Amino acid sequence: MIRISYFARYREHLGQSGEQLEWQPSLISIETLRQQLLQRGGAWQVLAESNLMCARNQELVSPAEPLADGDEIAFFPPVTGG
Amino acid sequence: MAVQVQTAGFDPGQCLNALHQADASVGAVVSFVGYMRDFNDGQAVARMFLEHYPGMTEKALLAIEAQARERWPLLHVHILHRVGDLAPGEPIVFVGVSSAHRQAAFSACDFIMDYLKTRAPLWKKEQGAGGAHWVDGRDSDQQAAARW
Repeated sequence: MIRISYFARYREHLGQSGEQLEWQPSLISIETLRQQLLQRGGAWQVLAESNLMCARNQELVSPAEPLADGDEIAFFPPVTGG
Repeated sequence: MAVQVQTAGFDPGQCLNALHQADASVGAVVSFVGYMRDFNDGQAVARMFLEHYPGMTEKALLAIEAQARERWPLLHVHILHRVGDLAPGEPIVFVGVSSAHRQAAFSACDFIMDYLKTRAPLWKKEQGAGGAHWVDGRDSDQQAAARW
């Protein structure tokens, strides 16, 4: 199982704060997961934004980061705190 | 102290004084306070909502503090960030750093804010007369963080 969270503008655009997906060995990286989500079309195209940020188990990572069963993944737009 | 993420307001003066009160080895304190403005990009802003990633926000801020401590000889570090609803004039963020001498504190405070603005999972949503919108990230913030 992989838990995915969406934050801020992405959360509103997708109409959900997160979901769980069955683990598949074909999900070799966050980029693979992102491509799979993009295939849903429509609102999911927001995840194609070039400045998208992602986290694996609550740490910032690049999309090339490998995935493992049980991971907590998050996608979000550039942060704007401070 | 160290890192706090909270919905409640805070008194920056109290945070500032606490950085040296219990430690007479402190020779310098540098702090930054970010306030909510009542305008942005020429638009009046009435309210603001700060969304965050519970759990990761605290971890990200602790990691930034750890990186600052690796770079400079610091005594105390306090990072406090509010989340939830804010009104104009309210403090959003406090970063305070103490050290024996001023240069480490100046640099570390600057570094922590640059990293916080580009790495801590926080997002501002502004509410004005024209409706609500998410604030866009700024290239200038990315460039500032790249200096370090």
